[in-house]
Order: sequence, then structure tokens, then C-alpha cells
Amino acid sequence: MTDPAMTDAPTVVPITDVVLETRGLTKSFRGFTAVRDLDFTVRRGTIHALIGPNGAGKTTVFNLLTKFLAPTSGHILHDGVDITAASPAAIARRGIGRSFQISATFPHLTALENVRVALQRRTPGRFHFWRPESTLAALNDRALALLAEVGLEARAQEPAGTLPYGAKKALEIATTLALDPDVLLLDEPLAGMGREDVARTAALIRRTAQKENGRRTVVMVEHNLGVVADLSDRITVLQRGEILAEGSYADIAADRAVREAYMGTGHA
Amino acid sequence: MRLSPLTSLTLVALALLLAAPWVVYPAFLMKALCFALFAAAFNLLLGYAGLLSFGHAAFFGGAAYVTAHAAKVWGWPPELAILGGTLAAAALGLAMGALAIRRQGIYFAMTTLALAQMLFFLFLQAPFTGGEDGIQGVPQGRLLGLIDLGQPTDAYYAVLAIAALGHLALYRIVHSPFGQVLKAVRDNEARARSLGYEVDRYKLTAFVLSATLAGLAGGTKALVFQIATLTDVQWQMSGEVVLMTLLGGIGTVAGPAVGAFLSVGLESALATSGLPVPAVIGAVFIACVLVFRRGLVGEIGARLKIRL
Repeated sequence: MTDPAMTDAPTVVPITDVVLETRGLTKSFRGFTAVRDLDFTVRRGTIHALIGPNGAGKTTVFNLLTKFLAPTSGHILHDGVDITAASPAAIARRGIGRSFQISATFPHLTALENVRVALQRRTPGRFHFWRPESTLAALNDRALALLAEVGLEARAQEPAGTLPYGAKKALEIATTLALDPDVLLLDEPLAGMGREDVARTAALIRRTAQKENGRRTVVMVEHNLGVVADLSDRITVLQRGEILAEGSYADIAADRAVREAYMGTGHA
Repeated sequence: MRLSPLTSLTLVALALLLAAPWVVYPAFLMKALCFALFAAAFNLLLGYAGLLSFGHAAFFGGAAYVTAHAAKVWGWPPELAILGGTLAAAALGLAMGALAIRRQGIYFAMTTLALAQMLFFLFLQAPFTGGEDGIQGVPQGRLLGLIDLGQPTDAYYAVLAIAALGHLALYRIVHSPFGQVLKAVRDNEARARSLGYEVDRYKLTAFVLSATLAGLAGGTKALVFQIATLTDVQWQMSGEVVLMTLLGGIGTVAGPAVGAFLSVGLESALATSGLPVPAVIGAVFIACVLVFRRGLVGEIGARLKIRL
């Protein structure tokens, strides 16, 4: 007797279970190798955390994945397509959204406009210089809903530059979510946030990952290990540009090499 | 109906400008209006795209030469001559912009300066430009076959209409869906890229739009003053427009116009005084920059908390 699922009914198989992949990715800066021969795989629908001590190359990996840096050698694949040569804007249009370590907002635009400018990218009107701004009003409701998700609806009309740091980080996440990304890359999303904001943002990241029937993928660099343990399906530990360990939080926590890297035991 | 502060101020300014020829020489007003439009066009790049062009005289002066040549040698009617000059500036803007936007900051400024200097050299040497003399005695003709540009008052109202339309166009561009993206690129280019915007295309569009309107100003000036000379294309002109814009206020719609009127006004007021004009204007400029960091209009807007 055979398993019916194996024979009948054409089961919907995703194009590939691996959404992001790097092969032999290397980045050197004038002789200093920040990322060395990295083979890194992210499975679709997971929350994947990238941790490691300062200078381990986490942000470099992020900038390589989003094409803000060009790799010295190696390849990057998204949905099985080689994207090593694509521009940052092209990567974003493929559905890879990112946030920045130091909050990246448009300071002279209001919070609402910040989110709206991300929504605007999919409209044909982004190049219309002869039409009034009011044609964008159709996007306001969606922008306000996104602001509400991060608890900023009351500050929608304030210029982003005047918001406190935690609010800027939240605004950045709302702006990235406006892209409705397939893969969300978050570079230290919780850094500089107060305890309340951390809890809300962590919940938001979890909620976000569950959208699109759980097919959305989140890759994050984060130092708050409590949140990482709580949210992540899989954790990769980087050290000096190489993978030190990979697995669930329990695996990682039990790994001797990781403990040494973090605690410094075993090193002079 | 209650008008917004910006609308009421615009109406007051328009009323003053309509009445102005009874009080002030039309020639002075026309010059100031042409520079006002030039500075406002320049400000589209500096204030809203964050790009400091140091070669905008190329578009102003380039259009002046093309308009003058078209009107004098080819005998085009004024509206077509101005249109020709404007389109030439747009084409030039596309060529210069495509090269310049590949670099940022000081390198962008230097590229625009270098390209503008090349154009200056061309106008100095080319046979049709009259070399040091420029193109003189440009026929004014009748605008749209109706308005005699030889009549100072009529010409003034024609220039006022052109400048007003130019400002209206700039206001619309700044407050358009495209303007939103442009401001985002100005504020944080890397972030705009990460949202999927090919930022260079937006910068280039802004560059061409700015060059086009600067050309409209230059073409108009050549026609009403019947002359296109090297003064219009040389680098001092590029510097002057930076000064006017800073004086009035970067990133304000009205600022550059106010700066232009101030600058042209000072120049003509001091012309007969025997004082060293550039030194006095320089001193005024330094004082303004030190006291009003946002420019005159920018400072007033900030105090009254309105966007001017």
C-alpha cells in the first residue's frame, strides 16, 4: 500500500524550499576578510536569526544580501535565481525588504509620508510630476494601518526626523512592511528601544512572519538573545566571517564553541 | 472661504507685481523676474533633490543663445524662439545630467562646473555666437502675434506671466507624487534604493526639469533684453544663482524669487553709488547666511510655522 499523498493529487510544491542561499560568499576590504566562504541557507517561512560577537560580519552579510556591497567572490540566490549582479533597487523589487542598523527614515517627510513613499513604489504614479500630491491620498488608509501596527498612528503627521529613536526604528519597520516583502531582512530591529517597544516589535515580527500563510521569511541580526530565542526557528552564529554553529536555540545554547565565543572561555 | 497663508501671500505678491510697473522700472522688474525663475529652477535640484549644480549657467545662457539665434537669424516668432531655447536647455540638461549624476557631492558639483565651462568655451569660439560681443540686437517681435515685446509694460506682463507659470510648474513638481520620491531620495538615498527606487532616474528627471525651466528663464531674458552674451553662460552666473537661492532659502518655493529680487535690487541700487558692488553684495550674503541659516524666507517660514 502506498501513501496516497505520494501518488495522487498534484501537491503544490513550492519552487524551492530554500528562499535565500549564499554559495562561497566572500567579502574582503583591503586585505581584511569580513566574510569568508559563507554557505548560508534560509528556508522559506522561517524566522532566521544571525548572531555573533561584534565584528563577526553580520551587517556585512546583510549588505551583501541586499547588494549594498558587492561580494569579492561567491554567489547569492533568491528563489533559485542568481542575484549576485542585481542592483539594490532590483533586489527590493524582487521582494526582499530590509531595515538598517542605524534607523533609516526620510527625516523631512512625515511618518505617514515615509510609509506612503514605500507604498507608492508599486503605483504607476511614481514618476508623475505633473499631478498633485492629492492623488496619493488613496494610499493614506493603508499607510495609517501600517503605522497603527507599530503604534505610531498618533504621530502620523510628525516629521520623521523629530521622532524619538525607538519610534524611528518602528517607523522603519512599518516602511519596510509597506513593501509587502517576501523576505524581510531586519538589521538590529530592537536596538535602542525601550522595554515596551521591544515587546511590541517582537510581537510584530512574529505576526509579520505568519502572514502570507506563513510563507514570509524573516532574517534578522539581533543582539537581544532573549528575543532571538523566543522568535527564531533557526539561528546561525557567525564569528570572524565564518559560520561557527547553526541550529535551533537549544542546539546553539548547548554548543561549546558558541559558549567560548561569547564567554571568552578557552581564549587567552 | 479661508485661504491658506501660502495662498494669501501668493495673491498679495501677485497683486504687488501687477501694480509694480507704475512704481518701478519695468526693465528692472523683468530682469529680477527672469532671475527669480532661474533661481527657482535651480532650487528644484538643490532644495528638493539635494544636488548642488555649479553649472546652471549652461542652461540659462545656452537657452539665451539659442533663443537669440532663432529669433535673429532664423526669424522665428518670440514664442517659438523661447520654446526652442527651452528645449535646447532640456536636451543639454539630459546630456549633462546623465554624466553628472553618476557622482555625488563635490564631485557632482565639479562635473557640472566642468561641463558648463566646456559650453562656455564653445560659445566663446563658435562662429554663430559673436564671440566676445554675443548676439546683439535680437528682434523682440510680438508674442503670440499679440503682445508687442518692444513696449516695456506689455513685455513686463508677458514676462510676469511666464515667470508665474514657471513657478506654478515648479510648485506642482515639488508637490507631486514624483516630488515625494525626490524628497525621499534627497533625505536618504540608500533607504530609497532599499525601497526599490532606481534613484538615478529620479535625479536625472529632476535635473532635466530644472534645466528646462532655467532655459525658459534664459530664453525669455534674451528676448526681452535683445541680447545673449557670455555673461549668461560663464561660471559667475552659476555662482550667482547659488547665492540668490541661499539668500532666499533653500527648499522653499518662494525663497529663490525673494533672493533674486534682493540680489538684482541691490545690484541696481548700488550701481550708481560708486561702492564696490561685489564686495557689498558679498558682505550682505555673509551677514544673511550667518543670521538667517535657512535663508530669509526659510527663516520667516520657520518662525511662523508655515511652509512657504
